Amino acid sequence: MWSNRPPLAALVGAVLLMAAPLVVPSWILFILTLALAKFMVVLAVALFLRAGLVSFGHGLFYAVGAYTVGFAVKWAGLREALLLVPLGTLCAAVVAACVGVVMARYRGVFFAMLNLAFSMIVYAALLKLYWLTGGTDGLGVRPPTFLGALPPRTIARMSYYYMTLAIAGGVIYAVYRFLASPLGYFLKALGENEIRIEYSGESARRVIYLTYILSGALGGLSGVLVAFTVGHIVPEYAFWIQSGEFVFVALLGGYGSVPGPLVGAIAFEFIRTYASKYAPEAWQMTLGLIMLAIILFRPGGLWTIYEALAGRFSQRWRGAESG
Amino acid sequence: MADTEAILRTIDLTRSFDMVKAADAINVTMGHGELVGIVGANGSGKTTFLNLITGYVKPDHGRILMMGHDCTGLSPRRITKLGIARSFQVPQLYTGLSVRENVLLSLAAASGNSASFWGPLYRRPWLGESGEILDRFGLKSYAERSVAELPEGGRKLLDIALSFALKPRLLLMDEPTSGVSVEDKFQVMDTLVRVLRESDITTIFVEHDMEVVQRYSRRVLVFDNGRVMADGDPISVLADVEVRKAVLGRE
Repeated sequence: MWSNRPPLAALVGAVLLMAAPLVVPSWILFILTLALAKFMVVLAVALFLRAGLVSFGHGLFYAVGAYTVGFAVKWAGLREALLLVPLGTLCAAVVAACVGVVMARYRGVFFAMLNLAFSMIVYAALLKLYWLTGGTDGLGVRPPTFLGALPPRTIARMSYYYMTLAIAGGVIYAVYRFLASPLGYFLKALGENEIRIEYSGESARRVIYLTYILSGALGGLSGVLVAFTVGHIVPEYAFWIQSGEFVFVALLGGYGSVPGPLVGAIAFEFIRTYASKYAPEAWQMTLGLIMLAIILFRPGGLWTIYEALAGRFSQRWRGAESG
Repeated sequence: MADTEAILRTIDLTRSFDMVKAADAINVTMGHGELVGIVGANGSGKTTFLNLITGYVKPDHGRILMMGHDCTGLSPRRITKLGIARSFQVPQLYTGLSVRENVLLSLAAASGNSASFWGPLYRRPWLGESGEILDRFGLKSYAERSVAELPEGGRKLLDIALSFALKPRLLLMDEPTSGVSVEDKFQVMDTLVRVLRESDITTIFVEHDMEVVQRYSRRVLVFDNGRVMADGDPISVLADVEVRKAVLGRE
C-alpha cells in the first residue's frame, strides 16, 4: 500500500515546480526539465518493482521514444511536439505489446535479464545501422514546434519546461488512478501471492502484460521528452547501463509511491551535476556511496524521509491539540 | 444418475507420482448442497484429490465433470471461472494488503471487470459487498488492518472468505481448522458451516480431526492409498474398525 499522505506536499511541490522558471537560472531549469522527463521512465520501472520484478531493459522503450523523434525529424521533417509526443509514446507501447507477450511468462532473474537482452538487441541495431541511425554519432533533434510555431529564443527553455511539467502532471494523475484500480492492486498482489491470483480466476500474466504496455508507453514518453530537451540522441539510450540507472533512481527516490521516482529523478540529476563538478574523478563513487546509505538507512527511498517527518509532525500537531 | 443432478462427478480419476498412486480410480459423485468431509492418513491422497479437481495437478486417466461439463485438464483459472473455488491448508493471502483489499480483489476478479485500470478498486458496490462478507466471517473489526495482524484462525477464515467472494457453486477446503487452536476450532467450523449453508454452496473439506468431521458433515469419504475405501454417513463410517485403522494407524 503506498502512502496517500500529501495533498499538502503535492500542492507545495506543484507550486514550487511551477514557480521554478521565475527564480532559477536557465541551467538549473535544464536539469529540472531533464529530471521531469526521466521521471516517467523511472516510474515505469518502479511499477514493476512494486510487483517484485526488476527490469534491466527499460532503456529499450526510452530509446524507441527518442529515436521515433529522431527519425521523424530526419526522414519526415516532422518537428511538431503535439504530434511527436503521442507518436513516440504509441511506438513504444506497440513495441511493449510485442515484447510483453514473451515477458509476461517470466519472473525473477529471467524477467530482469530478458528485458536486458531485448534492449541490447535494439542497442546493437542502433549502433550498426549507421545509414539509418547515425551509429555512435547519434541523431540531432531540432527543437520542436507547438502547433507549427517555434517558441521565441528567450522563452524556449521555459516553454519546453512547462510542456514537460504539464505532461508529468498528467502522468502522475494517470498512474495514481492506475494504482488505485483493480489492475493496480493486482500488480501489487502479484509479488505477494500469484497462486491466489490464479485461484481467483484472474491471470497473473495478463496483469503483467497490461502493465508492461503501460510502462513501455511511459518509457517512450520519457525518451521523446529527453530527446527534445537534450537535442541529440545516441544508441546508449538502449544500453543496459542506462536501464540500470533507471533502477538506481527508482531505489533512490523510493518505488513504493508515485512521488518517490520524481524525487529520485530530481535528486539524481542534481547529484550527478554537482558531483561531476566538484569531484569529477569520483562522481560515480559518490553515487555508489549515496546508494549504499539509502539501502542501509532508508531502504524505502528518499521519499520516505519526508513521509516519516510528516508523520511525526502531524502526530505532534494532534498531540498539541488534544493536550 | 443424470449428470445434471451432480455438481461434481469424477470418473476413474487416476494420478501417480513416481510409482506411488496418489489417486487410484476415484469415482465420486456430489449432489447439490452436500457438505462432505474427507478423512485419511497423511499421504492417502486427500490433497491430491483437491489438486486434481482444481487443475493444479493433471490426471493421468479419468475425467472430471462439473455439472455435466468436462473440465478435465483445464487450468486452475478456467476451473475457477466455472465455479469451483478452493481454500488452502496454508492460507494464500495478499500479505501486503489490508483484509478488505484482499476481499475486494476477489470481488473484482469474480466480476470479470478486473482489467479495469481507470475505475477504483474501492467502488461502492464492492465496498458494500466486502463489508457483508467480512461481517459474515466475523472479520469486520479487522477490515482496514493489514493481513499481517490477523491471528491464525482469522487468516484461515479470510482465505476461505476470498474463495467465498467468488460466489462458487462448489467450494473445496483443505483442512480449514489446521493450525487453529483447539478452543477456536469449533467456532471456526460453526461460522463456516453457517455461512456455506446460508449461501447454498456445495462443499468438500479435508479434515484431520475426526470429531470435526463427525460433527459437521453428513457424508464422509475415507481415503486410503489413493482410493476411496469408505463413503457414507459419518457415524457408521467412522465406527468401522478398518477405517479407524486406516485413518489413525494402529488403533
